[in-house]
Amino acid sequence: MPLSKFTAPTSKEISFRMDKIPDHIWRQCPICHQSFYEKKLGLAGVCPECGYGFRLGAQKRVELVADQFEPIDVDLKAPTQFQDTKYLAKLAKARQATELNESVLTGIARTGKQRFGLGVMDSRFIMGSLGSATGEKITRLFEKCTREKLPVILFTASGGARMQEGIHSLMQMAKISQAVAEHSVAGLLYLAVLTDPTTGGVTASYAMQADIILSEPRTLIGFAGRRVIEQTIHQKPPVDFQRAETLLKHGFLDAIVPRAELKTTLAKLLRWHQKGGQAE
Amino acid sequence: MSSSLTAYERVLAARNATKISIQALINGLCDDFMAFHGDRAAGDDPAVIGGIGLLGEQPVTVVGIQKGDDLAENNARHFGCAEPEGYRKALRLMQQAEKFQRPIVALINTPGAFPGVDAEYHGQGSAIAQCLLTGLKLKVPYISVIVGEGGSGGALALAVGDTVWMFENSVYSILSPEGYATILWKDSRKAPEAAEQMGLTPEALKAAGIIDRIIPEVADATSLASFKQALCQKLQQLQALSVPELLAARQARYRQF
Repeated sequence: MPLSKFTAPTSKEISFRMDKIPDHIWRQCPICHQSFYEKKLGLAGVCPECGYGFRLGAQKRVELVADQFEPIDVDLKAPTQFQDTKYLAKLAKARQATELNESVLTGIARTGKQRFGLGVMDSRFIMGSLGSATGEKITRLFEKCTREKLPVILFTASGGARMQEGIHSLMQMAKISQAVAEHSVAGLLYLAVLTDPTTGGVTASYAMQADIILSEPRTLIGFAGRRVIEQTIHQKPPVDFQRAETLLKHGFLDAIVPRAELKTTLAKLLRWHQKGGQAE
Repeated sequence: MSSSLTAYERVLAARNATKISIQALINGLCDDFMAFHGDRAAGDDPAVIGGIGLLGEQPVTVVGIQKGDDLAENNARHFGCAEPEGYRKALRLMQQAEKFQRPIVALINTPGAFPGVDAEYHGQGSAIAQCLLTGLKLKVPYISVIVGEGGSGGALALAVGDTVWMFENSVYSILSPEGYATILWKDSRKAPEAAEQMGLTPEALKAAGIIDRIIPEVADATSLASFKQALCQKLQQLQALSVPELLAARQARYRQF
């Protein structure tokens, strides 16, 4: 066979070139499984194919929705009564990974001329689970905003209750609900943005108690876990049965807002709930 | 004396088929009881019993989560796992109680809220969330009693009263000890160790300040009468409070967690 005038790289050359490609340059969307060049994720971290918002750390989320942010209760930690060494190690690791002391970051934020209480849960912190200190921080945020007559915007992201804190975790659902109710009775706006994933006890309490409930595209939202349901009914639930789009259809969300439009949408809704309507 | 039981034996006692059913308990407590049905939106969940009964001289609203006595009943009631329609029925009746200034007694025996596809579609999370949000603010005395199993959010939905009691042979926890062992140790057979660690017995929960009172197991007419007397007495105490006093005390109870 005559030698081709076209030369192809040798297999050695190909593997050499492959090795030079940095890791993570290709990303895959966990929802639509499309692979794409990492830069296409953009600053907001959104799948260019299906619009799914990749999970964000709390600090990053704050940057995306607020012009200014003063955190509160940053030193609040899990009560010392929990002494299980495995749990303490988990907490230490989570603190290191997130630079947070608990699974929620709370504070007073400003966007344009709007001041509001802002809480952001962080799914990197033991799956955003609801510990006693998480509950205390959210409760204090609502109490502060009730006193100062401020609206509250809460971004939820949680696997639900924190097993390691047992019944004390369950009680946080009641404690926070009480603070939400007080804030509501005072005629103040509570807006929840359900982000991936919002499940279990968080869904069964404050995520579903807001005046306005928004979500991002393709967000997982549910009460019971897929596996638990599968074991109970001995059938596979439909693929998207706990996606934001399904909840919207069934009447449990007010709107699904793409991440890129969240900041302006939230600012608008805050304005509309100000005394005196649209005045800036 | 059942306090000599291990934590897991207490779990088994809470689940035991000889445990008084919620319906039997209601019939025993109330001289007359009429059940009301439906959530006025989509359906009627057989796992939740609700209605008005006479407790002593006074009408009270009773809501309860009921397991079945046989397989057919258990299938209909999902072994005491309520669906969103059930929580909405309970909430509807509790709000009605508020309107007519009737006290509320909630009797709980559930492994947890029903995990099903339709339950998700119909807003299981939202239904429980509303029971908490509204229940905590009801302007009438509200007593919650965990009679058998008190499983997770599905039990908490009706356990945010002014006072929370537990039967001697009952448990209250964030999930079943089997589930806890599976999640933490990937082995459901370690449920007995899990039960020990979880602090789910009435004694442990009373010591932790989660519940207020342990009720001797209702097994005969005498124990039933003393439970009834305890309820009437507590209701009388709560009814002596003004509405702001009642709500302030409830607020303080849940704020401490």
